[in-house]
Amino acid sequence: MANVLVCVKRVPDVSGEFALTDDEQSVDARRLGFTVSPHEECAVELATQIAGDTGGEATVLSVGSDDSIEQLRDALAVGCTKAVLVEADLAAIGPVDVARAIADVVRAHEAAGMAYDLILLGNDAADTGDFQVPVRLAYALERPVVTGISTVSADGETVVARGDGPDGPEVFELPMPAVVAVMEGGVTPRYPSIPGRMKAKKAPIETVAFAGEPVGSGRVRLKLPEVEASSVRILGTGADAAPAVVDVMEELGVLPR
Amino acid sequence: MSVLVLVEPDAGGATLTSLEAVTFARGLAEAAGGWPVHAVVVGPAEESVWSALLDQLGAYGVASVRHAEDESLSAYAAAAWAAALVDAVPAVSAQMVVASGTPRGNEILAHVAARLDVAMAANAVAVDAADPLVVSRQVVGGAALEEMRLDDSVGVVSVAGHACEPVAAAAPSQPEVVTYAPTLGAVDLVARVARVEEAAADESAALTSARVVVGAGRGAGGPDGFKDLLSLADLVGGALGVSRVVTSLGWRPHHEQVGQTGSRIAPDLYIPCGISGAIQHWAGCQSAKTIIAINTDEDAPMVTRADYAVIGDLHEIVPAINDELRRRLA
Repeated sequence: MANVLVCVKRVPDVSGEFALTDDEQSVDARRLGFTVSPHEECAVELATQIAGDTGGEATVLSVGSDDSIEQLRDALAVGCTKAVLVEADLAAIGPVDVARAIADVVRAHEAAGMAYDLILLGNDAADTGDFQVPVRLAYALERPVVTGISTVSADGETVVARGDGPDGPEVFELPMPAVVAVMEGGVTPRYPSIPGRMKAKKAPIETVAFAGEPVGSGRVRLKLPEVEASSVRILGTGADAAPAVVDVMEELGVLPR
Repeated sequence: MSVLVLVEPDAGGATLTSLEAVTFARGLAEAAGGWPVHAVVVGPAEESVWSALLDQLGAYGVASVRHAEDESLSAYAAAAWAAALVDAVPAVSAQMVVASGTPRGNEILAHVAARLDVAMAANAVAVDAADPLVVSRQVVGGAALEEMRLDDSVGVVSVAGHACEPVAAAAPSQPEVVTYAPTLGAVDLVARVARVEEAAADESAALTSARVVVGAGRGAGGPDGFKDLLSLADLVGGALGVSRVVTSLGWRPHHEQVGQTGSRIAPDLYIPCGISGAIQHWAGCQSAKTIIAINTDEDAPMVTRADYAVIGDLHEIVPAINDELRRRLA
């Protein structure tokens, strides 16, 4: 049996229009929807699969405002059975703080009889892209950690994790309890069923407050990269433009000789 | 005081992204007031690789190359690599530790930051100030930049892939070579590569190293809509890259994805076909040197950001380009 904790972060869905707030401290989300990163969608899928296969339980956790309950319910709808929200102002905290907050919940749950054999997270948050929470969490809990993992299975006392390395797919075998940071690509996240959604709507959500003095993120401000004015040269319309395209390729010297 | 940079070897010496990181580290060292840059190489390297590496790092003006050697470093373990870096910090009085923002580079630096209990800036693109250290780094997949201040005794910074051109130093050096055995505990070797599996024909490597990449998005229309695009890639000796929509719909495998959650490419020429240019995709292709966009919508972000564009249906344009190429290449 493997009990799995999977961590998700509510982030702006930037597939549409994108702008910053006037104070340059965050992404202006008034016109955007919210989501979790594709990495985390895969982590949730793996968590429910592993918990299901081993007869354990999958718990989803998020650190953020109570708006994050939307993302927790999304995970409950696809098979997580418990949810925890650590209420915190994400603008005031950084990866060190997030890792500590998660570690605090893990220790508190363990003291209350719920030990997590495996903690899954996304490889990096889609917005802040710090690449640190999984590793810092592992150090806080003194557990082994691997990142960039696309498939995970739990086998008795061992977790087998597979990810892409520079020389081909790499396999890690870690003793549990362990921390694994997941990258998109190894599994296809399932869609929630109607009964799943109904159940998720009613599921209780444990809420704890972020405790202690935050270290912060070091953010001075956000800025948009300088976008050069469009200097696109339209080579033509439709198939007639093909010779002009090949002319450009020849000028660039990219064609095989 | 100095800047320490992790250099990852490959068959030809240092990886391209490592040389980018060395270039960035040199800029950081200059901004700090002319500090030396020291390189760390972890694990075994073949003699030919090692001599190529030393030549390159000399050309890049590195003061010393510190080679962490231990039989346990024959297989990659992020914690062990980090331990080796952390050991070198006091040896060269490093105030900053730099690596490339590859998956491995970011992983190792996260361990370094956790071990030193200091902040880390991932995917930096520029140094704004040296004291206190402020860097600009990519966030939201490169759609925005964050100015981040690092106040700790050691600043840990990874360099966004292809954010800076690798440039040799004005004054080359003869790096001193220092071999050392890092202090490794059993705990540092727990999360170690147990085995590397046979790669299925080196698929994503072909994409990231291709000089020409043909991109395909939703406009391909379906799983059967890639034939002409693959022919185009074949004719120019390039590779096919696709947007996230294409892999999410299961039209093409994930290893072909270009974007924030896929591969980051920097080809000489990128030809995105039927790709609107959402942030998720732009994050992966913005380092292409030249872009020829093919799209029905002349206002699509990919078209306005491209160098050249053809307006129209890719299913008419791409076969015509292929015919033209066959004629000229014959």
